[in-house]
This record gives sequence, C-alpha cells and structure tokens, in this order.
Amino acid sequence: MATEDHSEGLVFHPMDQFMVKPLFGGDTVGMLTPTNVTLWMAITVLCIAGLFVFGTRGRAIVPSRTQSIAELAYGFVHKMVEDVAGKDALKFFPYIFTLFCFIVFSNMLGLLPKAFTTTSHIAVTGVLALAVFITVTAIGFIKNGASFLSLFWVSSAPLALRPVLAVIEIISYFVRPVSHSIRLAGNMMAGHAVIKVFAAFAPLVLFSAVGVVVTPLSILAITAMYGLEVVVAFIQAYVFTILTCVYLKDALHPHH
Amino acid sequence: MANTTHDTAATLGHGADHAAQAAGHAAQSAGMPQLDLSTFANQIFWLVVALIAIYFILSRIALPRISGILADRQGKITSDLAAAEELKAKAVEAEKAYNEALANARAQAAKIIAEARAEIQADLDKAMAKADAEIAAKAAESAKRIEEIRANAAKTVAEVAREAAVEIVAMFGAQADEQAVAAAVEARLKG
Amino acid sequence: MELAAAAALGKYIGVGLSCLGMGGAAMGVGNVAANYLSGALRNPSAAASQTATLFIGMAFAEALGIFSFLVALLLMFAV
Repeated sequence: MATEDHSEGLVFHPMDQFMVKPLFGGDTVGMLTPTNVTLWMAITVLCIAGLFVFGTRGRAIVPSRTQSIAELAYGFVHKMVEDVAGKDALKFFPYIFTLFCFIVFSNMLGLLPKAFTTTSHIAVTGVLALAVFITVTAIGFIKNGASFLSLFWVSSAPLALRPVLAVIEIISYFVRPVSHSIRLAGNMMAGHAVIKVFAAFAPLVLFSAVGVVVTPLSILAITAMYGLEVVVAFIQAYVFTILTCVYLKDALHPHH
Repeated sequence: MANTTHDTAATLGHGADHAAQAAGHAAQSAGMPQLDLSTFANQIFWLVVALIAIYFILSRIALPRISGILADRQGKITSDLAAAEELKAKAVEAEKAYNEALANARAQAAKIIAEARAEIQADLDKAMAKADAEIAAKAAESAKRIEEIRANAAKTVAEVAREAAVEIVAMFGAQADEQAVAAAVEARLKG
Repeated sequence: MELAAAAALGKYIGVGLSCLGMGGAAMGVGNVAANYLSGALRNPSAAASQTATLFIGMAFAEALGIFSFLVALLLMFAV
C-alpha cells in the first residue's frame, strides 16, 4: 500500500466518532451526565416535534410542504402497520410510529458532518429491539394465552418433524432481538466507519505525490458512500419498523 | 515506522495501518466505543427519556392532529363529491327541462305558423273571390257597353248609308224617294 | 516468534477471513433482488404488493453479513 510510507501524516480513527463524551468536560460518564448522546437525542426529539407539531400547526385542508411531509410519514407507517400486521394492530400504531420516527431521524441526523449517531450504538438499538421483543411477547400471551405457544408448533409439518421445528422456531424467536438490534447498529456503524476510512485517505495529497490520484478517488468514494448511507438510513428504519409489524402480527395471529 | 505521536501505544509490530488506527484511542478506551459498558447506563437512560418524550409528543399532539386533518380532508372530499354529484343531477334535470321547453316552443311556433298560414290563405281566397267577382262584373258591364256601342254603330252605319244613298241618287239628278232608298239600303245592309 | 506477536497475527488474519462473510451476504442480497425483479417482470401487477416482503428478505440476508462485520470488529477491538 502506498500509504504505508506516509502513514505518519494520515490519521485513522474510524471509531472515534462513536465515542460517548460528556458535554461539559470531565471524564466520567455517569448515568445522568449530559453527553453527546443527550445532545443528539434532544435534537432528534426537537426535529420530530418540529415536523409533526410545528409543521402541522396550520391544520390546512390543502397542506403546506412540511405538513404534507408529516402526513406522508403518517400515511406510510399507518399503511405499513395495517397491511403487515392487520387492522387490529392499529392501536399499537403510536408505539410503532415513535420507533420509526426516532430511528429515521437519528439515522438522518447522524449523517450530518460532526454529528453523533445514536443508533450506531448496540446499547440504544438493543433497548429498542428488547422493548419490541418484550412488548410483542407480552401482547402475544395476553391476547392468546397459552395458545400463543402454537407459534412454535408448526401444525402443517409432519408430526415427527414438529419437535425439531419447535426447537428451531424457539431459537429463531429468541435470536430476533439480537438480529433486530445488531442489523440497525451494524449498518449505521459500518457506513460511518467506511466513510471515515475514506476520509482519512483524502488529505494524502498534502504528503505524497500518489495523493494526486488517491485524494480525488477518496473524495468520490466518500460522496458515493454518503449517497448510499442516506438510502441505508431510511431503509434500515423501514426494515426495523416492518419487522416490528411482522413480530406484532405473529403475536396477534400466532396460528400460521 | 517513524511514528512521532503514538510511539508508546503502537506495540503491535507490523500492520502500520491498524496500529495507527488502534493507537488513537487506545489510551482512553480499549476497542470499540460501542462495547464500552460504562456508557451503557447513560445511553439507555437518555434513550428512554427521548422515547417517552417522542411518544407523548406524537400520541398526545401530533397523531390526533394529523388523523384529524386527514379525516377532515376525507370528509371534505366526500361532501364535495356529493355536492358535485347533486349539481350534476341538477344540471341534467335543467337540461331536460330546457329541452322540453324548447320542444314545446317549437311545437307552439309550428302551430302558430300553420294558423297564420291558414288565415292568410283564407284571406287570400276571400280576396281572390272578391276580385274575381269584381272582375266578372266589370267584364259583364264592358260586354254590355260593347254591345251597346256595336248596336249604335250599326244604326249609325245604316243612317249614314241611307243619307249617302240619297245624296248619290240626288247627284245623279234624280229625285229619290226617301222611303224607297231607305228600304233599299235596309235591304242591302241586311243582305 | 513471541506469543503476543503471534496472537496479533492470528487476530488480523481472523479479521480478514471474517470479512469474507460479507461476500456471502452480498450474493444473498443480490439473489433476493434478482429473483424479485424477474418475478416482478413476469407479473408486474403483483410486484407492488410484495415490496415489503422484498425488504424483509433483504434485511434477513443482510443481517448475516452484518454479523460477519461484527465478528471482524469484535476480533479487532474487543478480543
């Protein structure tokens, strides 16, 4: 690698952007310390309030731009819940919409330069996924009682296979929160880390003649990755939400 | 590897890239910030606060408002469509009435025209008959007068012929008997 | 060779190997998209109703690639 000779000039810290730091100095991060997590979550809350409360203040029959964005988001998630989880899942719509808004705004705000991506942390997505998992399991047992367990007993399979399938189903059921959380955090983290690695190559032109080629290429790569990340940021929020709907459907109608 | 800043941290030997990468934060936190368990409590606390805030903002203010707006719009669209439907029915009805009125008016007009025509025809016939009668009367009178004139003329011719015959006879030097001449002329004229 | 250096060597080799898993995930996601597309071209009227399924399938395929990425990161920073 050509950069190896000049690595004293380049700085590779792809994971530094994910560090949790106290906002007002100090080293220890206690439970209530205001950190950059606090800051960016507050910005997320403010943006959501701005779009959905301030943007719809006109209550216009013919919507303004922000109001139609808010209506579009509402319609998008509402339709998703209705189509995937069924009509009786609509009473959980505010819960699902909260998850969707939080994730989509965190992902998008995390793409701003110098921003901190709250959804790139396992702690955050793990809590989101566990909340979904626990809620859905509780709903399943409350709605269906013990017959919720028939979710694991595939009645369409031959009788001999059913115990084996039950074991597989139970494992896959408990892997759900793991994959649910790691998918989101991993996607966010990977994209940002890759952008950061490309960004580290960008100043090479200052140190070496090879940089004449490498610097434009890395800037081009950053641009391309950024575009991909915008798409990924939305798609991951969509996937998280739709999987929540799928799990909710399993809880409401376990007999498949 | 002339590393000026991280000469103590980079102890991994080869792989200068990774060494430089890892060296940056090796002093503060080993490895990924995501796996630093000491920040978990902080993140989870603020996440829960943020989620509760978002949930209340959305479920108390935003979602009822948006669903209200959408319901209003749906209602407005439905009522507008119904009104449009009603207006359309009205328009169809009005057109029907108009067409009916038009047809009535046409029929009326045709009737009036026919009446007028018949009246004119009757007047015309009457006038014609009157004119014919007048013409016939005038023709009859004229024929009478012509007859009279002709009769007068014949009488006058006989008189002239008699006088001329008397004169002619007198010129021949003979005394003509007026009675005889007259009889002769009469006979001659008749013959 | 010292033990620490050998461990570091093994770690980096492991990181590189675990990144191969991403290729599998790439093939999986490509397979999902390709089959969706060929199905959608055969029956375009049914395509719109299946986009949700498409994304769920992609998400499952991609999650396994993310797991291999996670293994790489864990090896690199946490082990």
